[in-house]
Amino acid sequence: MNRTNELIVGLAVVAVVTVITWGLFAVGDNMAPGVTPFSRDVYQLHMIVLGIVTVIGILVFGAMFTSIYLHRKSRGAEAAGFTHSTKAEIIWTVIPILILVSMAVPATRVLIDMEDTSGAELDIKVTGYQWLWQYEYLDEGISFYSALDRDSNAARQVKSGISPTEVDNYLLEVDNRLIVPTNTRIRFLLTSADVIHSWWVPALGWKRDAIPGMVNEAWTLIEEPGVYRGQCAELCGKDHGFMPVVVEAVPPEEFRAWVANRKSDRTAEVTATSAPAGDADVRSTVMNR
Amino acid sequence: MTDTTLHTDEHHHARPKGLARWLFTTNHKEIGTLYLVFSLMMFIVGGAMAMIIRAELFQPGLQLVDPEFFNQMTTMHALVMIFGAVMPAFVGLANWMVPMMIGGPDMALPRMNNWSFWLLPFAFVILLSTLFMPSGAPASGWTLYPPLSLQGGNSFAFVIFAIHLMGISSIMGAINIIATILNLRAPGMTLLRMPLFVWTWLITAFLLIAVMPVLAGAVTMLLTDRYFDTSFFNAAGGGDPVMYQHIFWFFGHPEVYIMILPAFGIISEIIPTFARKRLFGYTSMVYATASIAFLSFIVWAHHMFTVGMPLGGELFFMYATMVIAVPTGIKVFNWISTMWRGSMTFETPMLFAIAFVVLFTIGGFSGLMLAIVPADFQYHDTYFVVAHFHYVLVTGAVFAIMAGAYYWLPKWTGHMYDERLGKIHFWWSTIAVNVLFFPQHYLGLAGMPRRIPDYSVQFADWNMVSSIGGFAFGLAQLLFAWIVIKCVRGGEQAPARVWEGARGLEWTVPSPAPLHTFDEPPQVDDSVTAHKDQLA
Repeated sequence: MNRTNELIVGLAVVAVVTVITWGLFAVGDNMAPGVTPFSRDVYQLHMIVLGIVTVIGILVFGAMFTSIYLHRKSRGAEAAGFTHSTKAEIIWTVIPILILVSMAVPATRVLIDMEDTSGAELDIKVTGYQWLWQYEYLDEGISFYSALDRDSNAARQVKSGISPTEVDNYLLEVDNRLIVPTNTRIRFLLTSADVIHSWWVPALGWKRDAIPGMVNEAWTLIEEPGVYRGQCAELCGKDHGFMPVVVEAVPPEEFRAWVANRKSDRTAEVTATSAPAGDADVRSTVMNR
Repeated sequence: MTDTTLHTDEHHHARPKGLARWLFTTNHKEIGTLYLVFSLMMFIVGGAMAMIIRAELFQPGLQLVDPEFFNQMTTMHALVMIFGAVMPAFVGLANWMVPMMIGGPDMALPRMNNWSFWLLPFAFVILLSTLFMPSGAPASGWTLYPPLSLQGGNSFAFVIFAIHLMGISSIMGAINIIATILNLRAPGMTLLRMPLFVWTWLITAFLLIAVMPVLAGAVTMLLTDRYFDTSFFNAAGGGDPVMYQHIFWFFGHPEVYIMILPAFGIISEIIPTFARKRLFGYTSMVYATASIAFLSFIVWAHHMFTVGMPLGGELFFMYATMVIAVPTGIKVFNWISTMWRGSMTFETPMLFAIAFVVLFTIGGFSGLMLAIVPADFQYHDTYFVVAHFHYVLVTGAVFAIMAGAYYWLPKWTGHMYDERLGKIHFWWSTIAVNVLFFPQHYLGLAGMPRRIPDYSVQFADWNMVSSIGGFAFGLAQLLFAWIVIKCVRGGEQAPARVWEGARGLEWTVPSPAPLHTFDEPPQVDDSVTAHKDQLA
């Protein structure tokens, strides 16, 4: 009788917990799958692990609330005397280990893939500054700075009186976007000129710290043309929240045309890159010509 | 024992009154009270800072504070909550309860006990005074990562000094707890008869002694880099900024467990009491705690997967971190098995303990997700992380502290707290805290970085929800302060055994517990202990 009761109530409780959990997933935002093979792998890993912990959670909380419902003094429940069960303890040690192994295997595979930065067709050096980014296309000799765009910058001043909703892509737009070709294996070399920053575009599936005195590597291969937005992810001072990353992926032909166009402007570029470091706005104006 | 003799003599001396009583006290109960009151004050100070943060984040755009001050608030909120609210609360609970739970007369080193408390108010006066200095409070996050942390003004030196004081206080507190537990147990109180709160604190104290000096070393290197031209963390001088992160998190990860292991202990006291059933799997609880403590030393780099570690390092730290899920899972299963076929009632301490089990487990789940390195490349430094550590620290550590406060308040004051207000406080807090922190998972997954004062409009809705939850949660804690004050001032007389199902030595002394308990050590056997494992 006791066991039948526990089973019936248990099923009901699990049903309720499942509905609540489903509601929490339904109303909220989730990670986006992104536009690179790696970002999709990460998304899948995220969903696998999220799914596993959700099922575990429903079962564990289901058991607990079943007990809370049934085994209460007000229902006349008498306390049992057991304090130990070797069998149960072996089960709930071994099963979690097996589940963990099943998570670790795909995670290891994806990670090995991520860390292999060989075979790059394009090298881009990213340098973090307080509070803008510098992009250098190492083989093409192109270099420019990328800072928060003017509209966002005006609106984000304290009590600016400009509503963020009136600014397109508030805080997620820059003066000079990073232009990259689609379907091309791109290697990023990240470093910093002052403090630690972190270069992050969620659609690419990773972030990597830009650290002074170190060069970090990461790679990507963007499959769909589009504009992908992100932000600095490592606290880097007062304007940490105001150094967005905007990547514009274009088909390879278009990218080659853009490169040729930039190169014809080469003299101007050289003057600009050797200009003394100053106010971010001055630099980006120079680059914008 | 000389200690006992001293205390017996003390009964005949006039005790100092007023401020002097509290300044010079060497009594573990009074020092415990000092710690707990201090902790509650710091909880309100740190909470006020959180209110400023949530008010600024209520909607996009900068309405209230400038970004520099916002960064000072996030930094100070963390330092005050970690070192001022959570850690002193646990030390206060240990001071009050450990001697009574093991049948000892007091802490083993009473004068050092006094000093380790009285360092704290000075440390926090120094820390908080930086808010009023020309260069402002530290604004580089509580982790103080160089080179950013070295950019600040001279208030930095005050921050370092304050951290040193807090560290010295913690180390002395830890030494005292270890000395007490190992030396002052009553006859018959064998190690495997000790209540779990005592066990978890014993292990925590060893963690503290191991890692607080590491923090002291790390911040001293920052100090010399800033003022004495060393280059420990300066790449231009041959140093390495990432080395700071390794050293810091070698302290920082055990620190996380310092803030949760005693919470495990409190919950393991409360659940058996209100389930009227002895703790399930006592021995495995002790071993699980010890395993978690050991693992805490070999997982530090999971806080820094994005710094560009070699593949082997990333794999090692991922696997080691995932393993922590096993002993943590054992604890959760044991708590639920303790409830299973018990005879439960749901007074406020039990409600907080149940909420702890559910919400801490949710924090554990997101922790497991964060361990998966490729996925961490997305989660890292987003609001997903903020949600994760607030689930383990607020609904974990803080809820456990509140559960403990309600559980032992009648023993401390001799009065029952107002059960109706306690229940209101519980439901209000639990609903508000989930409205506050659950949406932050969504924000992180949608791509909102942490530590930003302003955000893109796509994050506006959930930030507003989170802020509303934040204000409601903050308000609920003022009710908690009122409940405590009300309980101290009066209320229904509490019996010695406050809770029907309570076992353990602390329930054999009158309520309120007299200043000196167990001057004559009690004889302990399995009939009085809270836990009896059939294998042990």
